[in-house]
Amino acid sequence: MGDDGYPGGYLDSASSEPLHPAARETLLAALDQGYADPRRLHPAARDARLLLDNAREATAEALGVRRDEVSFTSSGTEAVHRGLLGLLLGKHEAHRHLLYTEVEHSAVLHAARWFEERLGGTATPVPVDPAGRVRLEPMPHGGVLAVQSANHEVGTLQPIGELGPFVDDDTLLFVDACASMGRVPLGADWGAVAGSAHKWGGPAGVGVLLVRHGVRWRSPFPADDRVDHRASGFENVPAALAAAAALQAVVAERDEVNARQHALVDRIRAAVALIPDTEVVGDPVDRLPHLVTFSFLYVDGEAIVDALARRGFGVASGSACTASTLEPSHVLAAMGALTHGNVRVSLTRDTTEAEVDAFLAVLPQVVAGIRGDAGL
Amino acid sequence: MTELDCRGMPCPRPVIELAKLFPSIAPGEVVAVASDDPAARYDIPAWCRMRGQDYLGEEPAADGVPRYLVRKGPTDEAASPP
Repeated sequence: MGDDGYPGGYLDSASSEPLHPAARETLLAALDQGYADPRRLHPAARDARLLLDNAREATAEALGVRRDEVSFTSSGTEAVHRGLLGLLLGKHEAHRHLLYTEVEHSAVLHAARWFEERLGGTATPVPVDPAGRVRLEPMPHGGVLAVQSANHEVGTLQPIGELGPFVDDDTLLFVDACASMGRVPLGADWGAVAGSAHKWGGPAGVGVLLVRHGVRWRSPFPADDRVDHRASGFENVPAALAAAAALQAVVAERDEVNARQHALVDRIRAAVALIPDTEVVGDPVDRLPHLVTFSFLYVDGEAIVDALARRGFGVASGSACTASTLEPSHVLAAMGALTHGNVRVSLTRDTTEAEVDAFLAVLPQVVAGIRGDAGL
Repeated sequence: MTELDCRGMPCPRPVIELAKLFPSIAPGEVVAVASDDPAARYDIPAWCRMRGQDYLGEEPAADGVPRYLVRKGPTDEAASPP
């Protein structure tokens, strides 16, 4: 904690960004107007339908896509599953082969395994370089390539626009943009895209699925008779509208916010690199503005997360000892990075310089303390 | 070759034990770290890279547990614990 009484900080926006003020305002207003079934024909239903259409319109505008390309799902994970599997099922059976980078989110990895086990498909991982960037080399034949826009653990941006010469002409790209949506412009190369509202300051329970106009997509799950054939279940209209309002605000603010966050992360990267036996992971420049990951030799991941929490800082870790399994982060492993003693710091739109400085002031002592306890 | 038995130790203990042992190892000598911790497969090579030592690869012990082979570099300095 700083001398000014600053209470320390939440540095885990990559897990979930606090609700954006624009989302809060919209959500509260929409709760009273968007309760009805948007498929009915009475006035309350028409109100709900109008709000849902507005949410779709605002989301499309913020992302620079067509309205009919936007679907709302119940989470980013659901958007990943529907988008990825739906593209694969839209392919002719002979072309249902999935390629995915080794550093994709577990939602993609689980979908890949499900595709193999339940749908009889085949899936092949594609390697990354030590920065976590997909290797630009000829790839095996694949109907769909799953490549995230930016990595959720290390922040490295993927060179999606440069993949063209290395994949078959008829390969469709599935882009998991959950870590970047709103923060970084969506590129032009995609067959389907997934996003997650609580990562940009919208409410949890809203995912965004984009399916490119004209691209063949077939639902991998049972159909439903809702407003949108790509989604199922009763629409959460107020939350979708709040998510759209937050997305518009984040896009409008991003030049300023990104520049501020990028500079603060540069400051963190430089300070952390001065701590002995430390590895700062991910691309230093070509990265998400708000996120940085580093690992300390000889440090237990759970111990450092706990020690920082006791000092008022909330951070994430990809180390095995902080996970439910004994396996370390598959992202760090694929990059050949150190997997223990890992800390991921991700800034909110309100994170201040004072907060970052307070964090950097305690970090070296915390690391030294844990190493001391280990006898080093 | 020196054997370092880290069976049953969770991460980051195998790397800590390796770092503690290293000052007693002569340059050029090989240490075999036996570890059933899944993170050791990534963290022992990463330790070698960060501390300037040679990672030679892994081979199974008689009980099937992987042994990670590390050769000490030419100088003592790089290998001393912090």
